[in-house]
Amino acid sequence: MGTLIEVKNLKKYFKSPRGTVHAVDNVSFNIEEGKTLGLVGESGCGKSTLGRTIIHLLDSTDGQIFYKGEDVTHPDKAKLSELRHEMQIIFQDPYSSLNPRKTLKETIEEPLILSRKFTAPGALEAESTRIMDLVGIEKRLRMSYPHELDGGRRQRVGIARALALNPKLVVCDEPVSALDVSIQAQILNLLMDLQDEYKLTYLFVTHNLSVVRHISHNIVVMYLGQIVEMCPTDELFEHQYHPYSKALLSAVPTVDIHNQKERIIMKGEITSPIDPKPECRFAQRCPYACEACLHEIPLREIKPGHFVACDRCEEINGLN
Amino acid sequence: MENEKKDAKLLEIKDLEVRYRSGGRSVHAVNGVSLSVDRGEILGLVGETGAGKTTIAKSILRILPDHATQSVSGEILFDGEDLLKAKPNRMTAIRGYKISMIFQDPMTALNPIMPVNKQIAEGIALHMGVSPREAIDRANKMLETVGISADRGGEYPHQFSGGMKQRVVIAMALACRPDLLLADEPTTALDVTIQAQVLELIANLQKELHTAMILITHDLGVVAGVCDKVAVVYAGEILESGTKEEIFDHPLHPYTKGLFGALPDLSKKVNRLSPIDGLPPDPTNLPPGCPFAPRCPKATAECRGEAIDGEEPAPIELREINPDHLIRCIHID
Repeated sequence: MGTLIEVKNLKKYFKSPRGTVHAVDNVSFNIEEGKTLGLVGESGCGKSTLGRTIIHLLDSTDGQIFYKGEDVTHPDKAKLSELRHEMQIIFQDPYSSLNPRKTLKETIEEPLILSRKFTAPGALEAESTRIMDLVGIEKRLRMSYPHELDGGRRQRVGIARALALNPKLVVCDEPVSALDVSIQAQILNLLMDLQDEYKLTYLFVTHNLSVVRHISHNIVVMYLGQIVEMCPTDELFEHQYHPYSKALLSAVPTVDIHNQKERIIMKGEITSPIDPKPECRFAQRCPYACEACLHEIPLREIKPGHFVACDRCEEINGLN
Repeated sequence: MENEKKDAKLLEIKDLEVRYRSGGRSVHAVNGVSLSVDRGEILGLVGETGAGKTTIAKSILRILPDHATQSVSGEILFDGEDLLKAKPNRMTAIRGYKISMIFQDPMTALNPIMPVNKQIAEGIALHMGVSPREAIDRANKMLETVGISADRGGEYPHQFSGGMKQRVVIAMALACRPDLLLADEPTTALDVTIQAQVLELIANLQKELHTAMILITHDLGVVAGVCDKVAVVYAGEILESGTKEEIFDHPLHPYTKGLFGALPDLSKKVNRLSPIDGLPPDPTNLPPGCPFAPRCPKATAECRGEAIDGEEPAPIELREINPDHLIRCIHID
């Protein structure tokens, strides 16, 4: 299967009173059809903005977005409506992303009605029942309101709404962060089953590295609007080459009490994305930073399929 | 006398029950919890949303919301004194001095219109009987201890990032060198790299001051890194407790096992997670018998509290498997 989404030099800037926020800055990657790309990074690194820009919830500042090889960076109204069918999003917070005054049935049927595909008598009802069944919501709940449901069920409704029109690409924006672990596992399994069945392509945005390891085929690590490392999932968990990826992975608490990893405790906190200087954005916190890091560092392929944005990568990792 | 006091547990909770009122119904938030913490020891309270972890901590400090609290019973012995019977002014003397708390969300735990060193100094001035100026000096020293330059003491909370704010909250909690620290999800609102910094800070200070701690968290990974003992809380009951080694190496209760199975693991890839089916019970309408029975793969009629031959089964007690491991389940030998 080919490339479904290609993003080239995408930028998304926001104006703020204190300057320009470089939320997404020169980001390029592809997602293969039927695969999951995990997008990880800490709060404020631009991962959600990136997801939203790709599905046109936000307009890009610069760069290009290709969908099935076609440039869809600036779609006209008709094209945009077509893209909305193909690209959907599941939001983080199932408490605030559902309309509190609509029943589940109304929420799930809304996109179906807008699509004008289910006009035959009974077709709408049959389709919404099928979708509720698909995501595991009991039929008796169809007339319930969101506040009557627990978080796990609400997130199932969010998934049902996103999948109602058989999209190809689904941006999952922290879909399990608001859920308890026992419920989180139910939702992750559901998302993986749906992917197998409908060949869905996911852009999975999360700060949880254990979740991303579980669900993704490829991973992009972002820091302050830029990609610092990109490779297949297993490769990243075996070899992290960027100092930030190393620190990030080492910081994740592990349940293995006999093999507590040596934590790399980074200095300071994430710096400001407002008018950043043209230098490695991680340099201020990086234990390996030196003079040479104070210029723009491009992402480069250090071995097949493994991209790293660090000039001293070989030296630090002893790759020569 | 002196020796006797040293041997006694710092904190001992016996059969704590807390009920809330909500919309005319009674919410069974904590149902017969007993636990103890020694001096200098770290106990992890693990459980999911609504399990009653925070309610247990708030009961210790007696800061449960008055209007919603229907009843609190049992005993909370702190250094031998029952806090549930203590007079209000006695509690004021204890809060922030002998026992203090770190709240989950540093964004809302600080006063937005007061410089941070003044907020820290409030408790010092109240409990240590020092002059306001001396209190500010000590507050600034406390800021340095948690890694914030004393120059920033006069700044307001909004001028700090989330991780820094949590450091301020930690400084405030430890300012009077309490014997017991209640840390309620202290790192949940923080990013992982900042979480690592803050956990390291708490662990170092705890060692230095020899403070006992109850760490409330839903993250088993955090417990693994920090705690000595663990208690697994579900629907207001402790289902399993013991030393960290016992609980992590030999989890016995089906719920504890379920929690471990549902967790995606960073170090290895599994194809499918094993979620726990169903949902936690409604605390206004708890099932009879074991609260986990409706979701438990091993549940029998006895677990569900069903009468056998007209005889009600005995309540399921927390019992000792070995001195380091307690469990509330009838199916474990």
